[in-house]
Amino acid sequence: MKILVCISKTPDTTAKIAFTDNNTKFATDGVQWIINPYDEWYALVRAIELKEADPSIALHLLNVGGADSEPIIRKALALGGDEAIRVNSEENDSFFVASQIANIAKEGGYDLVFTGKETIDYNGSSIGGMVAELLGNTYISHATKFDLQDGKALVTREIEGGEEQCQAAFPLVVSCQKGMAEQRIPNMKGIMGARTKPLKVVEPIAVDSMTSVVSFELPPAKAGVKLVSADQPEELVRLLREEAKVI
Amino acid sequence: MSILVFIDQADGHIKKASFEAATYGAKLAAQLGTTAEALVLGTVSDDLSTLGQYGIKKVHTVSDASLNKMDAAVYADVIAQAAGQATVIVLSNNTTGKAVAPRLSVKLKAGLVSGAISLPDTSQGFVVRKSVFSGKAFANIAVKTDKKIIALNPNAFGTETGAGSAEVAAVQASIPASNVEVVAVNKVSGEVPLSEADIVVSGGRGLKGPENWGLVTELAQLLGAATACSRPVADIHWRPHHEHVGQTGLAIAPNLYIAIGISGAIQHLAGVNRSKTIVVINKDPEAPFFKAADYGIVGDAFEVVPKVIEAVKKIKAS
Repeated sequence: MKILVCISKTPDTTAKIAFTDNNTKFATDGVQWIINPYDEWYALVRAIELKEADPSIALHLLNVGGADSEPIIRKALALGGDEAIRVNSEENDSFFVASQIANIAKEGGYDLVFTGKETIDYNGSSIGGMVAELLGNTYISHATKFDLQDGKALVTREIEGGEEQCQAAFPLVVSCQKGMAEQRIPNMKGIMGARTKPLKVVEPIAVDSMTSVVSFELPPAKAGVKLVSADQPEELVRLLREEAKVI
Repeated sequence: MSILVFIDQADGHIKKASFEAATYGAKLAAQLGTTAEALVLGTVSDDLSTLGQYGIKKVHTVSDASLNKMDAAVYADVIAQAAGQATVIVLSNNTTGKAVAPRLSVKLKAGLVSGAISLPDTSQGFVVRKSVFSGKAFANIAVKTDKKIIALNPNAFGTETGAGSAEVAAVQASIPASNVEVVAVNKVSGEVPLSEADIVVSGGRGLKGPENWGLVTELAQLLGAATACSRPVADIHWRPHHEHVGQTGLAIAPNLYIAIGISGAIQHLAGVNRSKTIVVINKDPEAPFFKAADYGIVGDAFEVVPKVIEAVKKIKAS
């Protein structure tokens, strides 16, 4: 069985969000880059667990990004996985990225493609579904549990108002979220081993993007908190009813 | 050319977020000088003609019971068949929308804006504002394709109703076989689903232990609210994981978010900063959450919250 885990580079969760070039670019000065948490904690770690249970599984990592993605790819390899592929391209829209992933997935004949449910920068939630459609594969989104059973996938996923357990045959694309696995810290052996794992760089295929970012904006600043004395909670309740009109 | 709004349903009832999508679709149709139509999949017990009150002219239905189960591949296929000449398809960016919209985007070669929060600017092209960086910023996205798909963030746009009744008609569609076999369904019953709640009461480590959660649940019950928690609370299993709101949990946008004993780490704020009104109760006046709050009480939750509960009871009784 071959598993492909897609990892994206995102700003750290505590990064200051600011923009440059007339609000058309994210200000990267001083920003720490991380593996998108949904890709790392849930998709990658669950895939590593599957491989630990069955070492015959081939586990490959895929990033669509520039050379500056390599530190996060090495970190991912330090957690686990046999090898990585980087499609050498600066970021573009989700259709462009999904097309690159689908191309690699098709050529490599992967049975299972894991993505995070979304990235914490663009919040698109689109890559998994687009890859599945491009490949003509089944797509299970928002997975909170994933197991292999009798050659099929047994997946628990979030649906509107609850969750459902479902079964599907491969090939399959799954987007992962909390519940799939627990965050891991790479150990020294993993970090040393990651240095020599293969990292193949390939050029992107030509794809026309469907959308583009015109500009960014920051939300207007909050007016400031209105503090109510701890002795007068009825005043808080009055404000919520009469001023904010929310209860 | 027209607008097609996909109406999501569960257990025969239209999802709240879909009324918002309908309102959005109708306003977009007015802006573009066209009409908004809707599509409902599966068997629905609600009176669909009432979608007319939200500005929908015609409701197309494919009322096959197999469609009560959501499979992204099947839904995208059927929606694409029903879309016909529609130039813009509007969905809610809820769990269903997030599964279906990207497939539909590829199938129809229609650029997708997911997490949209406003009507497009059509003065130059077609530019839609969406939420990015987990609610910490907005991006204006130009859609370059002829057909477009907009997945609207729940509780970002609101609903508007007027007089009107929509024509309801069945539409022919061939329904592909699903490759996903549902083994078990576990719906949260008797509680307000967190993603749809107008009011959310949330607790953090400041509550000191799961045995003290009665404060949160009692206040939530009084307000008809859903309950939530911070990440540490879910991680140490005081509360179930599905209640975790924040950067890596659920992102919510209720009208009112009440945070009790939560300091307001940036990762937590990322999941709740789209809330319309934020109330923070924390004994630490330096808690970062106060900077993001609209109202706050500096005080011990164990003393303040029971008093808030009493005050809410009084106001509910009056």
